[in-house]
Amino acid sequence: MPLIKHGAEIDDIWAYVPDEADLSPGGCITVSLARFRSERDILLARNTDIGVRLAPEDDPHELEDFLDRLQLIEISFPKYTDGRGYSQAQLLRRRFNYAGELRAVGHVLRDQIFYMNRSGFDAYETARADLHQVLEALNEYTEVYQPAAAGQVPVFRKRHKG
Amino acid sequence: MYRYDEFDARIVSERVAQFRGQVNRRLSGELLEDEFKPLRLQNGVYLQLHAYMLRVAIPYGQLNGRQLRRLAVIARDYDRGYGHFTTRQNIQFNWVALKDIPDVLESLAEVEMHAIQTSGNCIRNTTSDHFAGAAKDEIMDPRPWCEIIRQWSTFHPEFAFLPRKFKIAVTGAEHDRAAIRVHDIGLHMRQRGDVVGFEVHVGGGQGRTPHLAALVSEFVPETELLDYLEAIMRVYNRFGRRDNKYKARIKILVSELGADEFRRLVREEYAAQREHEKIALPPEEIARIHAYFAPPELTPVSGSDAAFEALKAEDKEFARWARINLHPHKVDGHVSVTISLKPIGGVAGDATDAQMMTVAHLAETYAYDDIRVSHAQNLVLPHVALKDLPDIYRELKAAGIATANESLITDMIVCPGLDYCNLANARSIPVGQAVQQVFADPDYQEDIGRLHINISGCINACGHHHVGHIGILGVDRKGEEFYQITLGGRADEKAAIGDIAGPGLKADDVPGALKRVVDTYRDLRTDKSELFIEMLARLGHEPFKEALYAAD
Repeated sequence: MPLIKHGAEIDDIWAYVPDEADLSPGGCITVSLARFRSERDILLARNTDIGVRLAPEDDPHELEDFLDRLQLIEISFPKYTDGRGYSQAQLLRRRFNYAGELRAVGHVLRDQIFYMNRSGFDAYETARADLHQVLEALNEYTEVYQPAAAGQVPVFRKRHKG
Repeated sequence: MYRYDEFDARIVSERVAQFRGQVNRRLSGELLEDEFKPLRLQNGVYLQLHAYMLRVAIPYGQLNGRQLRRLAVIARDYDRGYGHFTTRQNIQFNWVALKDIPDVLESLAEVEMHAIQTSGNCIRNTTSDHFAGAAKDEIMDPRPWCEIIRQWSTFHPEFAFLPRKFKIAVTGAEHDRAAIRVHDIGLHMRQRGDVVGFEVHVGGGQGRTPHLAALVSEFVPETELLDYLEAIMRVYNRFGRRDNKYKARIKILVSELGADEFRRLVREEYAAQREHEKIALPPEEIARIHAYFAPPELTPVSGSDAAFEALKAEDKEFARWARINLHPHKVDGHVSVTISLKPIGGVAGDATDAQMMTVAHLAETYAYDDIRVSHAQNLVLPHVALKDLPDIYRELKAAGIATANESLITDMIVCPGLDYCNLANARSIPVGQAVQQVFADPDYQEDIGRLHINISGCINACGHHHVGHIGILGVDRKGEEFYQITLGGRADEKAAIGDIAGPGLKADDVPGALKRVVDTYRDLRTDKSELFIEMLARLGHEPFKEALYAAD
C-alpha cells in the first residue's frame, strides 16, 4: 500500500506481524500492543527496529517508558469515523514527546489527513489518496485556531506578536 | 459583536474552497456518498426527505442587519423564500441544491458567516442567552467566552471525529435561558473575588435517554477554561461509547461511569497536562475578544416614554404586545424585544425573506444593529429604547411578525417532524398548529401565563419535549401516529425532565386533552401568579393526568 511521509511517497520497509504469526528473524517489524506487552523483552533484545501498532482502544500510556526504543508507532483507523487515534497521537507527541515515526494505517482518507497531520502524524499508509491529494489536503488551511502536536502557531498568538 | 480579522476571514474562505472541492469530488463520483457524508455533515449539509438541507451557523445566536439580509437573499435565491430558525440558534434552508451550496457558502463568507460544524460528530455551535449583554438580571456577558470557545473548537484536530455530536452552552445570568443543564457541557459564569470563572456541568442531554448534567467543577477560572474543556473532550473522545450510536453521547459515559468516576478521570487528565500543552490564551487576546462585546452606549431614561404610553392607551393590541414581548434591560428606558416567529397556524421558527429584511431594517434603524436568535426559535432585538417601540411595532405588524405570545402557550418549540425530517416518526408541525388553534384567543393565553409546550416528532427530541412544561412526543405505532404527553419538564436553572403521563394520544385528541389540562390548572391555581409549572410541583401530576385522559 502506498506510504506517504514528509511530503513524498516512500518504500515501506516495515512489516506488521499478526499476533498469531511467528516473529521473522530480521527486518523491521511492528506488533500489536498486546504482543508488545507479553513479548517485550524478546522484542527489545532483537537487533532490529521495532514498532507497535495501536488499536483505537489501546492506552498509549503503556508505551511511555519504551518510546526511545521504538522507531515506529502505527495508529490504526479501522473506520475513519473513529477518532480515538487523534487523542492517542496527541498524547504520544505532546505529553510523552515521542519523536519517532507516527503512522496512520487503515481507513485513511484524504479529508482526514489535515487533522492527522496536526495531531502529530507524519506518515500515512493509504490506498485512497495519491501523493498529490495528500499534499493538497495538508495545505488546505494556512491558519489554525488552537495549538496541537504539529506545532503550527495558532492565530491567537500571531495576533499579538510584536 | 465579534468581527472577523484577516485570520478568521482566511480560515472561512479556505473552508469554502475546501468544501467546493469536496462537492466536486462527490458530484464526479470520486467520493462515495458514505465517505462524503461526514464531510458534508461537518459543514451542515444533511440529506433530508426531499432535498439537501443546509444549516448555517449563527454563533451564540447573534447577527447583524447585513448578515440577516444575506440570509434573506439566500432564502429568496436558493430556497423557497423562507428559512427556519432552530433551537441551536442557527438557521436552516430546506431546499438548497447540493451544486449551489459552495456558492451559498461563498456568499455567507462575504458577511462573516459559515456552516462549519453545524452538524456531524464534532463540537457544534455554542449557544447562549439570547438576552446576553442586555438582560437586567445578567451578571456577566457570556458572549466573549462563547466566541473564544467558537474559535478554539473550530477545526480542532483532535475532536473532529467524536463518538457523537457535542453541544456546549454558556450563560451569565442567574436565570438560565440557555438550558445549560441539558447540554453536553453547560457553563454557568461565576465570580469569586476578582476572578471570573465557570461552574461546569457535563453530561446533560435529551434524546431517547434524557439526563440532567452532573456538576463536574464548581469553579474553573476563565484562564483555565479551554484547558479544562480539552481535558473533558479527551476523556470523552477516548472513552465514550462507539459501539452504539444511541449510547454514544457523553451523558451515557457520565452515567455509566458515575459522576464521581467521570470527574476523577477529568481531573486526572487535567492534572497530567504539561506546561507546553496548556493553551495559555494571552490576556491581550481575551481582552481583544471582550472589546467586541462592549455594550452599546445607551442613555438611561428614567420613567416611561410619552409616545409609548400614549399608544398603549389607545391600541389594546399594542399594549398586549408590550406586556408580553418585552424583557427588562440593564439600562433604564430600554427593553429587549422578542419578535415572535410563532404566529397562530404558522410554522414555528420560519421567517420569509421579506420578514428577515424587515427585522434587519429595524435592527439597523433602531436597535444598534444587533439581532439575536433565541433557542425558542424567535428573533430578538436586544437593545431598544421605549420611545422607538411604536415605530418598531408598526413595521413588525405590517410584516406579520407582531404576535404577542413570547413564552405563552402558543410560543411552542416545534421540530420539523415528518414534514421534512427523515428521522421523524410523526408529524410535529400540524399538531403544533392544532394545539395553537385551541389556545389562540389572546385573552385566554395571557390568562394562562407562562407555559412552555415543546413538540418532537421522534425520540431524538430536537423539539426539546423532555424539558417542556408540557412535552409532546410523536411516535409511530403500526403506521399510525400517536403522541405521548410529558408533564413537568423545564429547561431553566430548575431543570427537570418531564414525566410521561400515560398512553399516547391520537393527533386529533391532543388539542382537547391539553385544553382540559390547562383548564384544570386555571381552576386549581391559587391565583394568576402561580405558574402552571409551579402548580405541578405543588399538587403533583395526578389531577392533570386525570384531565388529560378524561372523556369530553
